[in-house]
Amino acid sequence: MAAISRSTVLRVGAVAYDPKVVTIWEGFKDYFAARDIKIDYILYSTYDAQVDANLRGEIDVAWNSPLAWVKSQIVSGGCCRAIAMRDSDRDLTTKILVRSNSELRSLADLKGGTVAVGAFDSPQATLIPLELIAEAGLDPRRDCRVLYHDVMVGKHGDHVGGEREAAKALATSRADAACVLDANYLAFINEGTLDPGTSRVLATTPAFDHCNFTVRADEPESRIKPFIDTLLAMSFHDPSVRVLMELEGLKQWLPARTSGYAQLEKAVQRFNFYSAAVSKAGS
Amino acid sequence: MPDSTPNDQLDLEDLALHEGAAVLLRRVLAQSQAGDWLEVRGDSAQLADHLSAWCRKEGHRFERQPGVADAYRIQSRGLAPPIPTPRNEISEIADPVWGLAPRGARVEAGGPEFAFTLRQKRDVWARELNSIYTQAVANQWSVTRDVPWKDLRRLPVDLEHAVAQIMTFLTENEFAALYVPARFIPRIHPHYREVVEVLAMQIVDEARHGEAFTRRAGAGGAGLGTTAVSGQLSLKTLLEEPDFTTATFLLCVMGEGTFLTLLKFLGEHAPDPVTAALAHLAHRDEARHVAFGTEHMRYVFEREPEKRLFLAAAVERRSQMLASISGLSPYVYDALVVYAGKGVSVAQIREGARRVAQLQRDMDHARRERLQSLGFDPLTASQMSSYHTKNFM
Repeated sequence: MAAISRSTVLRVGAVAYDPKVVTIWEGFKDYFAARDIKIDYILYSTYDAQVDANLRGEIDVAWNSPLAWVKSQIVSGGCCRAIAMRDSDRDLTTKILVRSNSELRSLADLKGGTVAVGAFDSPQATLIPLELIAEAGLDPRRDCRVLYHDVMVGKHGDHVGGEREAAKALATSRADAACVLDANYLAFINEGTLDPGTSRVLATTPAFDHCNFTVRADEPESRIKPFIDTLLAMSFHDPSVRVLMELEGLKQWLPARTSGYAQLEKAVQRFNFYSAAVSKAGS
Repeated sequence: MPDSTPNDQLDLEDLALHEGAAVLLRRVLAQSQAGDWLEVRGDSAQLADHLSAWCRKEGHRFERQPGVADAYRIQSRGLAPPIPTPRNEISEIADPVWGLAPRGARVEAGGPEFAFTLRQKRDVWARELNSIYTQAVANQWSVTRDVPWKDLRRLPVDLEHAVAQIMTFLTENEFAALYVPARFIPRIHPHYREVVEVLAMQIVDEARHGEAFTRRAGAGGAGLGTTAVSGQLSLKTLLEEPDFTTATFLLCVMGEGTFLTLLKFLGEHAPDPVTAALAHLAHRDEARHVAFGTEHMRYVFEREPEKRLFLAAAVERRSQMLASISGLSPYVYDALVVYAGKGVSVAQIREGARRVAQLQRDMDHARRERLQSLGFDPLTASQMSSYHTKNFM
């Protein structure tokens, strides 16, 4: 009988990086229930805990950060699937900013300088831009001073606070450069964290993708398909979910693609970010 | 091949996004259909970076124009056009998605549905709403400024206690008349704002009456009197009436209509200029409330003549609920007799009782006339008047 109970409710994992996560998932639960899809959500305080729970089969679907996706693939030996993502998860870039009057002209000029980043586990504000610096021929951890802003570690930079601190470090000359997501760059100017005209872009990362819903390879398609179909049918014009979609930061759900994670995979490898996880999986 | 010819063009010149470029972008994109292309030109610093991020957030597609400096293309996700609401006519049924939008405004699509339960015009409407509201606004008065408190002389103790008891009775009734419309306002669709405005003025009037009568009870030294069980029971049935038209009928036509006669009586027999002024000012306000109730009934009866039977039954039902009440509370009756006779001597009591008996006949007569003017036949009007609560409201 326990097996029947397990198969009826689809368990979705999410990380509680903000109180709004409860609002979002309570609302999504109702949305799915109204379409005869029973889901429940399980909240984790870190992506590491969520990845472990997903790979152990304690949840059916994990709403993963890009780093949690990469970890899932490393630990499972590439046996996970990405099934859906937000329109806003595609083609993000991170800007490495310097002050307008800075003499720095290229990434190579960062040698000996201080680079402000977000939390050490933030893909967008730390790992991917540091990878860009490494691609330019510097070892950021040896050739530069990396100024981390570890706000809410374990949540992979979902909390924008670390990035904002990095921007402030640039504005107050505690750093020579700061790494911020393109959308946050505009937001920081609008909110006054960065005065207009006081910063410029030194370098931009290639486009990368952000979150996705991740499932294990052994998760039956018959359980996942109704979830995906119902998710993709969600409309921004539906008043019952519009606010939830605004809270989650999207206009439309899209099928997942995994072509946008290469930079992060290289960064994880280069910086041995999950060496412990890999060795643990191999033991 | 899908058509990618730009449908529109926008030159931002050197305007940056943080300087308001999004305002111009939104103005153009608001006119676009899903899939339309907009060609954007601009040479502000980092425009491409900021435009790209802005488009992702807004759900539009962004492209650079290869080989063309300072030129970009945006493909619109398509914005649902705002929903128009009727401007010049009042709809028979108000759509829940219009929400709190003023009548005639456009409503952004995708908003919440409001749970206004009174959203049919026939549920709430009345003629003369603008006139009633205008009069209400023009005739607001101040308890402190417009009542001659300095002219209040000390009355004989028995008479002062009678005044205070009557003020107590009036205040509890004013509270009921405040709570009843207040309960219904959140249920009325804002499309029918004129009704809400009239009821809001009614609430303000009743709040002022409560203030005025309470102040008068204390001003002569007696203080508030006693609230009777019978009065509370009678008012409780009014507060619990769930139907707007029935509640309006019981309160504004039957109750406040009866109070018009009472306030006129209190003004005519007032023992002091303050009480006289209060009765006169409150009477003027209550007349507007009765006018709203009467006009609402006319509007309803023109469309649902059978509603008269329903309301006649409601009056009888209320009477049965109040069967345990044998008559006007002795607290109120005794006070009215002393008030009308101006004292407690045998002769004064006899005169007071005679006048109160006449008051009750006048109330009955006015109720019957009002009911007949609303199309109730004389027999039904007479029965309904006799069923009306003995506690006036």
